[in-house]
Amino acid sequence: MAIAKQEEMDGAQALIKTLNELGVEYIFGYSGGAALPMFDALETVESNIKFVLTRHEQGATHMADGYARATGKPGVVLVTSGPGAGNTITGIMTAQMDSVPMIILSGQQVTWMLGKDAFQEADIFGITIPVVKHNFLVRETNELPKVAREAFHIATTGRPGPVLIDVPKNVSQSPFTGDLDAQIDLPGYNPEKAMDIDSSSLEEAARLINLAKKPVILAGHGAMIAGAEAELMELANRTESPVTSTLLGKGVFPESHPLSVGMLGMHGTAYANKAICECDLLINVGSRFDDRIIGQADKFCAQAKIIHIEIDSAEVGKMIVPDVAVVGDAKVALKQLLPMIEQADHADWLEHINGYKKKYPLGYKKQGGLRMQQVLDEIHELTNGEAIITTDVGQHQMWAAQFYLNEASFKWISSGGAGTMGFGFPAAIGAQFACPDETVIAVAGDGGFQMTLCEIATAVIHKLPIKILVLNNHYLGMVRQWQELFFDNRESGVDLEGNPDFVKLAEAYGCKGINIKRPADVKKKLQEALDYNDGPVLINAECVKTDNVFPMIPAGAALEDMLIEPPKHKMAKPVGST
Amino acid sequence: MSRTITTSDKKPAPRPDIIGGHTLSMYVNNKPGVLMRICQIFARRAYNIDSLVVSQGRDPRFSRLTLGISGDPAGLPQIILQCDKLIDVIHCFEHTPDNSVVRELALVKVSVEGGEKRTEVLQIVEHFGGKTVDLSEASMIIRVEGASDKVDAAIRLLNNYDIIETVRTGKVVMARGEQST
Ligand SMILES: Cc1cc2nc3c(=O)[nH]c(=O)nc-3n(C[C@H](O)[C@H](O)[C@H](O)COP(=O)(O)OP(=O)(O)OC[C@H]3O[C@@H](n4cnc5c(N)ncnc54)[C@H](O)[C@@H]3O)c2cc1C
Ligand SMILES: Cc1ncc(C[n+]2csc(CCOP(=O)(O)OP(=O)(O)O)c2C)c(N)n1
Ligand SMILES: [Mg+2]
Repeated sequence: MAIAKQEEMDGAQALIKTLNELGVEYIFGYSGGAALPMFDALETVESNIKFVLTRHEQGATHMADGYARATGKPGVVLVTSGPGAGNTITGIMTAQMDSVPMIILSGQQVTWMLGKDAFQEADIFGITIPVVKHNFLVRETNELPKVAREAFHIATTGRPGPVLIDVPKNVSQSPFTGDLDAQIDLPGYNPEKAMDIDSSSLEEAARLINLAKKPVILAGHGAMIAGAEAELMELANRTESPVTSTLLGKGVFPESHPLSVGMLGMHGTAYANKAICECDLLINVGSRFDDRIIGQADKFCAQAKIIHIEIDSAEVGKMIVPDVAVVGDAKVALKQLLPMIEQADHADWLEHINGYKKKYPLGYKKQGGLRMQQVLDEIHELTNGEAIITTDVGQHQMWAAQFYLNEASFKWISSGGAGTMGFGFPAAIGAQFACPDETVIAVAGDGGFQMTLCEIATAVIHKLPIKILVLNNHYLGMVRQWQELFFDNRESGVDLEGNPDFVKLAEAYGCKGINIKRPADVKKKLQEALDYNDGPVLINAECVKTDNVFPMIPAGAALEDMLIEPPKHKMAKPVGST
Repeated sequence: MSRTITTSDKKPAPRPDIIGGHTLSMYVNNKPGVLMRICQIFARRAYNIDSLVVSQGRDPRFSRLTLGISGDPAGLPQIILQCDKLIDVIHCFEHTPDNSVVRELALVKVSVEGGEKRTEVLQIVEHFGGKTVDLSEASMIIRVEGASDKVDAAIRLLNNYDIIETVRTGKVVMARGEQST
């Protein structure tokens, strides 16, 4: 039932109408009292918005996140006040840490009850300040469309991030008498200045690049957000530089390209980390120098000059002080930089790095049981590296990063900064909604999958053909690895005894389930899963219980101290926190 | 006649660390919650806010903040950028004594039972260009204003008498010349 005249609208209807105009396709969420007017507006306002009822608000946030990372468009979440809004915190924090655009609409108690511990009142505005790019508590009905436009503008421009809009029930329920097209008014926010880059910094960067003998390009998530793939390729070819990427930059430069050295950092490839240790110039395009890639900060690239291309000036010099800071959008920066770059010949340097590739290849044992690496290696082959991969957090995530080489942007979706277990599977749901024609594979550990597995119902209802790959080692494997290496193998709080039969569990939801137990069966069973498209399919792979991920740089250690294989001596406890 | 005046800061420890602290000024949206966003940034990085003055700007849509900050100077430039990054912050600058004017005002309540003490206190007040703004048999309230170090010096001298309590406004800053605050 469509509403005809503007004067008959309430605030919630004006809000939903605005979201529709802003191009929202999906809203992921969970209903409740304070959000009733907004839920009702979804029914009464004519729009293209489809609502997806999840089984938990955290799931809704990760779905919105997966949708956003697969499209670059903001994911939208709608929840009720108090506990509903509270359940979104982890998902909002996850998005904030990884610069993901997201809009969270939360219902709220009526304005005159705020601050009185009213039923399901939580100060979600105050609670979320540290985990959002910005947030609003709307007190005037007529402000709703303007606030929605401001929220979208903030979430999607500059360095993207989540924006929460808290909507008290009387605000959404009162008649709307304002201007639906009210213009945004954000005097303290000027993302357009990122397009205006200081030319002297570019000239200095070009000078260093043209002088370098052993350059390395570090491609981060920011390069992907900027859409700088073509410029990055041109820069790599022109400077003949090996290209490494962060966990979140995977795919922005094709990982099967001869210049690619894969991921760097704590569990990066040996050759990427060696390239970092030996280069004379590091060109960082859109990475924030996370502690998982720099290790001991004062030793990171101490021998090299560093150029940092970064949109957020507060990131420049935060972890690593660069020789040249280019502040602005990575695509614009590279476009202006490239004409100043001469064609280089670094054959010797590339040959040297190729030597490391041959000497320290990523590999795994083919005997002694089924290894996660094999499953990931084979799924990579079967999908030609073209699937959208979402991951959870742990050992399976790191092996997926190592063995699933990505060829394009927006196809690798993983929680990096927050490392949120429970992220991977709901993120796959969001990605599959966004990209119905793509193969979406959720790579999860047996631990993390159980944190949000209730969303199987959501995937089943919508017949989403997601492949849920549970790499089951019956352990919180990543933590067990640290206990084995640094705590004399004393296991504490890591044994996942009591795991369910995942295939039966899937079947209970009406989801297809497949078990893989033997290495020889992997290819056939994965193919069976890939061929099944009538809904989700869960593949439970029973893997070696106590395998460890290498290479590894102990937290806080220098890249030079990388362990390429299991250490033969007892290791000191790492100085870095995690 | 003797009266006991109850106060929570009867034994004031002078705060020398305020001197030489950093002075930041911010121009921000005049909206609820803005201060929370700013304070969280300082708290997270273990900076102390020694003084804070907030007032409406000439344009009532905006407010002026002056913050006196102590903490590791090495991290401060990044903190300033983080504050500047807040959507509600129009700009954030650090000001040094040579490029700005800094002023604050203090009210000091001194017990002055017995006439000779009162005369001595009044001499100090006069020296610092202060004023007596309240007078009773047992006590007087003195107002001193000026640069923070002048206010500190006045309070230091008055410490030789029986100070009952002090209240300081915290510093306000304005950039000199053409520069904006
Ligand atoms: C178990 C585990 C292990 C991990 N191990 C590793 C590891 O070995 N190696 C690794 O790399 N990571 C690892 N991570 C991930 C790591 O914690 C960080 O999340 C990751 O390194 C961050 O990558 P990033 O800086 O590219 O992306 P982000 O954190 O998303 O930062 C993106 C940067 O780009 C900037 N930016 C945004 N838009 C633009 C634009 N248009 N132009 C220019 N700049 C822009 C942003 O301001 C930001 O500074 C691990 C995580 C987990 C959970
Ligand atoms: C919500 C949350 N809780 C705890 C952790 C700490 N943590 C990191 S990895 C990990 C183990 C993950 O186990 P599992 O999902 O089985 O994956 P595996 O490492 O075994 O592949 C834990 C507990 C986390 N990252 N997120
Ligand atoms: Mg596990």
